[in-house]
Amino acid sequence: MMKIEFEVNGKPVSVDVDPRLSLADCLRSELGLTGTHLGCEHGVCGACTVIVNGAAVRSCLMLAVQASGDSVVTVEGLSNDEALTPLQASFRKHHALQCGFCTPGMVTTAHALLTHEPDCDEDRVRDVLSGNICRCTGYVPIVEAVLDARAAYGSKGE
Amino acid sequence: MSVRPANSFIGSPIERVEDLRFLRGRGTYVSDLNRPNQLHAVLLRSPEAHGRLRGIDCTRALALPGVHAVIKASDLGARVPHIPLRLQPLPQLEPFHQPMLAFDKVRYVGEPLAVVIADSAGIAEDALELIDVSIDPLPAITDKSSADAAAAVLFESHGSNRAMVWTATRGDADAAFASADLVLKESFRVQRHAAMFMEPRGFVAEWDVESERLTVWGAAKVAWTNRRILATAMEIPETSVEMIEVDVGGGFGSRGEFYPEDYLIPAASRIVGRPIKWTEDRREHLMCANHARDIECDVEMAVAKDGRILGLRGMAYADIGAYFRTNGSVGPRNVAQFMSGPYKIENIHLQTTQLTTNKTPSGTYRGPGRFETDFIRERMIDLAAKKLGIDGVAMRRLNLVADADMPYPLASITPYDSSTELDSGDYHHVFDLCLEKFGWNEKSALQGKLIDGRYHGLSVGSFIEGGAAGPKEDARLVLETDGSLTVYLGSSAVGQGLQTIMTQIAADAMEFPFERIRVLHGSTSHVTEGFGSYHSRSTVMGGSAILLAADKLKAMIRESAASKLGCAASEVQIDGETVVTKGASHPLAGLADKPLEAEATFFNKKYTYAYGTQAAHVSVDPGTGHVQVHDYLSVEDVGRMINPLTLHGQAIGGIVQGLGGTFLEHLIYDEHGQLLTGSLADYLMPTASDFPVIRSITLELKPSPNNPLGAKGAGEGGIIPVGGIIANAVANALSHLDVQPMELPLSPPRVWRLIRDAQEAKRSM
Amino acid sequence: MPILAFRLAAPEMLVDLKYVEGLDRIAIDKDGVTLGAKVRWCDIEADERLATAHPLLAEAIRHVAHYQIRNRGTVGGSLAHADPAAEMPGIAVTCDAVLTLAGPTGERQVAAAGFFEGALQTSLAADELITQVHLPAWPAARRWGFREFARRRGDFALAGIAAFYDVDPRGRAVDPHIGVIGASDRPRRLARAEAALSGKVVDSASIAEAAAAASAEVDPPSDIHAPADYRRALVATMVERALAHAAR
Repeated sequence: MMKIEFEVNGKPVSVDVDPRLSLADCLRSELGLTGTHLGCEHGVCGACTVIVNGAAVRSCLMLAVQASGDSVVTVEGLSNDEALTPLQASFRKHHALQCGFCTPGMVTTAHALLTHEPDCDEDRVRDVLSGNICRCTGYVPIVEAVLDARAAYGSKGE
Repeated sequence: MSVRPANSFIGSPIERVEDLRFLRGRGTYVSDLNRPNQLHAVLLRSPEAHGRLRGIDCTRALALPGVHAVIKASDLGARVPHIPLRLQPLPQLEPFHQPMLAFDKVRYVGEPLAVVIADSAGIAEDALELIDVSIDPLPAITDKSSADAAAAVLFESHGSNRAMVWTATRGDADAAFASADLVLKESFRVQRHAAMFMEPRGFVAEWDVESERLTVWGAAKVAWTNRRILATAMEIPETSVEMIEVDVGGGFGSRGEFYPEDYLIPAASRIVGRPIKWTEDRREHLMCANHARDIECDVEMAVAKDGRILGLRGMAYADIGAYFRTNGSVGPRNVAQFMSGPYKIENIHLQTTQLTTNKTPSGTYRGPGRFETDFIRERMIDLAAKKLGIDGVAMRRLNLVADADMPYPLASITPYDSSTELDSGDYHHVFDLCLEKFGWNEKSALQGKLIDGRYHGLSVGSFIEGGAAGPKEDARLVLETDGSLTVYLGSSAVGQGLQTIMTQIAADAMEFPFERIRVLHGSTSHVTEGFGSYHSRSTVMGGSAILLAADKLKAMIRESAASKLGCAASEVQIDGETVVTKGASHPLAGLADKPLEAEATFFNKKYTYAYGTQAAHVSVDPGTGHVQVHDYLSVEDVGRMINPLTLHGQAIGGIVQGLGGTFLEHLIYDEHGQLLTGSLADYLMPTASDFPVIRSITLELKPSPNNPLGAKGAGEGGIIPVGGIIANAVANALSHLDVQPMELPLSPPRVWRLIRDAQEAKRSM
Repeated sequence: MPILAFRLAAPEMLVDLKYVEGLDRIAIDKDGVTLGAKVRWCDIEADERLATAHPLLAEAIRHVAHYQIRNRGTVGGSLAHADPAAEMPGIAVTCDAVLTLAGPTGERQVAAAGFFEGALQTSLAADELITQVHLPAWPAARRWGFREFARRRGDFALAGIAAFYDVDPRGRAVDPHIGVIGASDRPRRLARAEAALSGKVVDSASIAEAAAAASAEVDPPSDIHAPADYRRALVATMVERALAHAAR
């Protein structure tokens, strides 16, 4: 077991983990943050996407011990508020989710994208989201939702 | 029984209630649950496709610290329980039922052999590597030719790998073929692929030693049926089992059918005496959850020279894998029964032979049998039109079932007798509307054109979507003492927004505010009996049951109000939060001392048939074989929409799944019966950059006469015609080479090879 | 990591380079571009200097995997993993890159062409690590093209071609480099295709010759994603398109 300290959703955490434990499993089973979902555990589906030091990454492809000293944001940490964030509200408005399983990964990925690139175009949104598999929606409403949420991230508009 | 327009939630694009939790990571899926003192299960699965099981030596595994038990077939009692069929439970299929654990033979890679119970899933997986399995291999049967060659048979007692034959008949097919101007005979193949929902399957099961009661979290789709199967297998009363549905990450036909793990995890909990949690990984999912659509088909079409289709004849071979699963016959049967689709074809003799092979057993996947059979039919129509030198659009218009012909009977099918008829629809109107909205006339100049190195093609085709399977559904409505309404339902949520849709229906039926309604569904404690979510049935069946229960509950509310307010029950009006009569009113809260409760059952024997037309514009890159979809439009009439937002979403999602099945998705086996596509890097699903332009229009043109909502089962439709439409568009793009795709998927290598072969054929002419 | 998740490997020890300093620099000078082993795909994407300092690298790296992977995947990791369809090894071989390897006895430098020994196999010793890769200087007038074809955006290429050449005063290709990924057991340069182009004006005729030579020269694998004959034909298509882009 190894003891690691890092920050999750703005709060410091300290956990003893097996070195082989993935960051995703650590978040889910050690820290109870079950919003991070595991759809494939081999780095393809994107459901486990979290934001590490500002960058969207797959938490199934990272060991928990590698997050030592990092700042991790999960879907639960996108807002401390009871209300939906503008991005989340846009997902709801556009019916960008059905079963909801891929949704945390979609939302964290889109949040990271819009934070860094509030003026991204549809091609860029599709390119970035192509690392997240959704089986229900056909992606059309997800792309609409992300494009529609750009304004809330300071997009200068088109 | 009626829906008054005081509220108008039905038909409105209401934002979903479910989204509030899903978007914030607050959904509760089964793998999010944990029970105190729980242990974890991992399954030992067969590494061989076919063989005699000689022994399983667990000595080393049991010695590993943290391992509690390894459960083998011999631990399951004197006779290993088998999984019965849920649909078409023909007695002659009993030999093909799957045992919960293999005990004499193994018949596919991934078949469960034992259950390892340990402190963590990781330790249990470590233990798997310490188990020695001894299997004497037998020749693997992996396709139709090896099934027929029968170097080995899967079920020696049956003696053949051909398990059974379905026969669909209507009119006199042979006479129609004798009188036809053109008889077209072709062979088609559709590849094995699967529903591939995103949340892996899983259960948490807890056997209470004291009360001998079992609780199972992770129920889905058909909880009541599965409770019956589980209770029978465990030899306990049904009432001792509670099945609890939590959030469910997609179903599409596959999730919620009874799999071996549905029994093994609860049984393990009873054996070990502690709660057991199990979640499959994606590789297991690919090897173990139902596969679908694996058919080849030789089919003939009889056509008059004006383009009228006179008859269909043929034989399909459905490779169903190693066992008959709960709904394993639905797809193969539908191939035969629904090949005529929305077209008036009076003479039919179509059969499907179900073949057993050493591959994962199959079941339904959205639009079961219909995706396959529509590929065949729409291709045949274009091939016939080409032979006759007539326009495929005109030929389709000529053959669509006319409004005046409704209800229109389809072929009936045996041995599990089933007759059905198209209920209502203006197929021609929708067909023409699709052409108009697609811009067919403007775009048709592109047909076959080479632009910037790509050949462009268009196509159009129509489909029907069956829905609303009976026999019945239950709903229980409770007016709580605080004046709120609770709706208990036998329907199940698989991600389709059931909670929102049922709230909408209940709000209108009860004339209640949306926010005052709570919908609980899918768990066996909610209603006496439930039939779940399959065959696009939830909205029609569950929704209609709500209407019936609402009528009863409103009568009860009026009675209570009448006695409280001293008037006749008929004078009482309910307006959401109060009951009103002449000169007096009373809030619903506190109207009665205890909750008022009404339960009702909606019975239905008749299916609904939503229908529609889709059109596509594609281009083909001859250098890579890549097909780009430039535009895809679906127009569908669903009779009545409850929520346009969710329906539209399902239509588009279905189309993209269909495009996945058409271009990308393929479960590939080698000749030894090993699955070669064991990860999502090998089993390719559509991603956000693959199909950017998908459009859908939903209409409320012809309500179903078969239910009080007028709704038709919808949500599968999008997927159904996609394979046929795309294949025709590719053929049209490459018409200068006479390229004719007869097999899916249209992967770049396949399209490239079709082009190359056509070029070579042309050169040698 | 997927290899671990599938339990195809169970290493006794894993070393994370997270706290090793100085490996995350992109250095550009007159001798070329030097990428530290810890440089991530997103760092290359974000470095605007590379559009002129090494446009072929910048273009090829746009095709690497997906957003989340590009945020974590590194140059050193890709080179060490040596997937025959990966872009970075392909660029390293095509551009005659030199890798610096550090071990207990110090550093050594190896040419990329000799580093890759087969699918997922390299000459890296168990006690060595890659510290950097150096790509020789890129003349501003150099012509180049990169094309790959994958089943979906971000998937490994079924075949890909990186190509560049300089142009002499009479418009002829000088010292053409044509490298292939995804259609061979390792990234490699295609000598016969290069020869077919060398000293010629790059036009449809010489491109067709180079494409045919490349197609004949590769020995692609057959697998579930594509048969060998398809990959062979695809190589020709990619050569045509990469060179057409170069000559545009």
